Amino acid sequence: MRTYASDSLVFARRNLAHIRQIPEKLIDVTVQPLMFVLLFAFVFGGVIAVPGGDYKEYLMGGILVQSIAFGIMGPATSIVTDLTEGIVDRFRSLPASRSAYLGGHMIAELAAMTLAITVMTVSGLIIGWHIDTGVLSALGGFGLLLLFAFSMLWVGTLLGVVARSTDSAMGTLFLIVFPATFLSNAFVPADGLPDGLRTVAEWNPVSIMVAAVRTAFGNPTALPADASWPLVHPVPCALIGCALILALAVPATVWRFNVRTTD
Amino acid sequence: MYESTVLSTTKGAAGVFTEGLGKRFDDLWALRDLDLEVPAGSVLGLLGHNGAGKTTAIRILTTLARPTEGSASVAGFDVVDEPGEVRARLGLAGQEATVDGLLSARANLVMIGQLYHLPKSEARRRADELLERLALADVADKLVRHFSGGMRRRLDLAASLVAQPPVLFLDEPTTGLDPQSRNDMWELLRELVGGGATLVLTTQYLEEADRLADDIVVLDRGRVAATGSPAELKARVGGERLELSVGSPDQAAAAVQALEAFADGPSDADELLVTIPVRPGTRLMEVARALDGAEVDVTDVHRREATLDDVFLTLTGADAPLRKAA
Repeated sequence: MRTYASDSLVFARRNLAHIRQIPEKLIDVTVQPLMFVLLFAFVFGGVIAVPGGDYKEYLMGGILVQSIAFGIMGPATSIVTDLTEGIVDRFRSLPASRSAYLGGHMIAELAAMTLAITVMTVSGLIIGWHIDTGVLSALGGFGLLLLFAFSMLWVGTLLGVVARSTDSAMGTLFLIVFPATFLSNAFVPADGLPDGLRTVAEWNPVSIMVAAVRTAFGNPTALPADASWPLVHPVPCALIGCALILALAVPATVWRFNVRTTD
Repeated sequence: MYESTVLSTTKGAAGVFTEGLGKRFDDLWALRDLDLEVPAGSVLGLLGHNGAGKTTAIRILTTLARPTEGSASVAGFDVVDEPGEVRARLGLAGQEATVDGLLSARANLVMIGQLYHLPKSEARRRADELLERLALADVADKLVRHFSGGMRRRLDLAASLVAQPPVLFLDEPTTGLDPQSRNDMWELLRELVGGGATLVLTTQYLEEADRLADDIVVLDRGRVAATGSPAELKARVGGERLELSVGSPDQAAAAVQALEAFADGPSDADELLVTIPVRPGTRLMEVARALDGAEVDVTDVHRREATLDDVFLTLTGADAPLRKAA
C-alpha cells in the first residue's frame, strides 16, 4: 500500500511536469473557465431572465459543473497518448505497482480540477456571485464538485484505456459532453425548452448535478412547480449518481487497462 | 550491491531459461517451441526479420505478455508465477525507445529510478552518473522530444541500467540508427558485455549479433531456424560476400567460374548481380585479376559482411525465410 501511494505520487509528478511543458493543458483549467464565466455572465446575463434571482447567481452552478464535465478530456487524451506511444510498456516492466500509473493520473488531474474550480469560484465572486448558505453547506457544495470531478475523471480514464487514438477519444467525448452539458439547466432554466427537450433536460444527470450545486450554495434553482422528481431532490440523487458512476467506471477501467497492456 | 563502474549490472547466479515457450495470437503462433539457455554473464542474440517473434519473446520474458504454452524464468524467477520478482531484476530497452518526450533526460531517469524504488538521492546519483557516461550530460535538462534517434536510444539504454538489474533485455537497440550512432551504441554495449552483463539482445543484423553475442538463435516466423555461437554460424554461412555486377546475364556464370578458387559456399546469381561467399582474407586485387584473366564483363565488385538474408539463404536454400529450416 505504501509503495502504491509513493509510486502514484511519482506518476503524478510526471503528469504535473507535462502540464508545465504543454501550457494548453493549463489554459484548459484556468483561462477557459474564466472565459466561460465572463462570456456567459456578460453576454447572456443581460438577456436571460431567471425567476427568483440574478442570472450570475444562477449561472455559476452551471458553469462549474460544465467545466468539470469537460475535464473528462484531460485523462482521456493523456492516457491514450501514453498507450499509443508505448511508454506504458516500460512502466509495466518496472517493479512499481501497475495500477499506480492510473492513480498518478487521477492525482494530477484532480489537482488541475481543483485549480479550475478555484479560478471559477474566485472570478465568480468578483463579478458578483454569492454563496447564500452557511459554511457547512458551502463546503458541502465544494465537496460535491470534487466528487463530481473525481467521477468524471474516472469516466475520462475509462475512455482513455478504451479509445484507439487521441482523435477518436476527443471525437467521442465531444459527441457526449457537448449535448449533455448544453441540453441541461446549466445555462437556461429547463422549463423554457420545447416539450421533448425539456424532458431530456429535466432527467439529464448534468441538470441534477447543477441543481444540487445550486442548492448547496443557496443559489436560485429556478425550478417550475412540475419539475422532475430528481430535480426536486437533487443532492441525494447527485450523490447516488456519482457513486454509481464510480462503481462502474473504476473496476471497468482497471480491468480494461490490465487487458490492454498485457498480451 | 552496486558496482563501481557506471555501465554495469548486478551479478546474478541465474540467467534466462525457457522451455517450449509459445505465444498464440488468435490462430497465429507468433512464437513456438522456444528453448533458450542464457547462463548468467552471457549474451544471447535473437536474430530474425520483422515478425520473426523476437519482440514477442522479449515481451514474455519481461512480463508484458503471457505465454500461451511453455515456461520461462528470468534471474531465477518464473515470469508467470512471480512477475514482481522478475520485474525487480530486469532492465528493458524497448524497440520504440520508450522514454517520456515531455520530460527532461534527467527527469526520465530519476522517475524510473524511483519506480525501481531506489531512494530519491540514489536515483538522482545514478541518473547523473549514467547521463555523464552515455554522453548526455550536456542535454540532461533538455526535453527528450527534441532528441535525435541516437540520443533517445542512449537514454533508453540508460533507463534500463538505472537499477543495475542482473538481466538486461534490449529489443533492436540499433534499428533505425545512422552508422555513427550504431557504432557508438555497439561500443557501449561491448563495454556492458565486458562487465559481465546477462543480456538478451534482438537484432536484424548478423554483424551486430556476431560482435556482441556469445550465442545466436535465429528465429524465423516464430520458430528457431538455427542456433550456435557466432563462429559456428559463420562457419556454416561464411562471413563475407563478394557482390559482382555483370554486364549481361550470361556473364554471371562466367564470373562464378572465374572465382571458384575463392568461393566458400554456393553462389547466388540474380540477373546482373552475383553473390559469392568468399573465404576470409580474400584480396580484392586477386579477385580483379582472376576476373580480368577470364575476360568477364564485370562493372562493379565489392565485398560485404554476410547479412541475415545470407543466413537464411544458406541455411534454408531459399531467398524468402522458410517456416522450417534445415
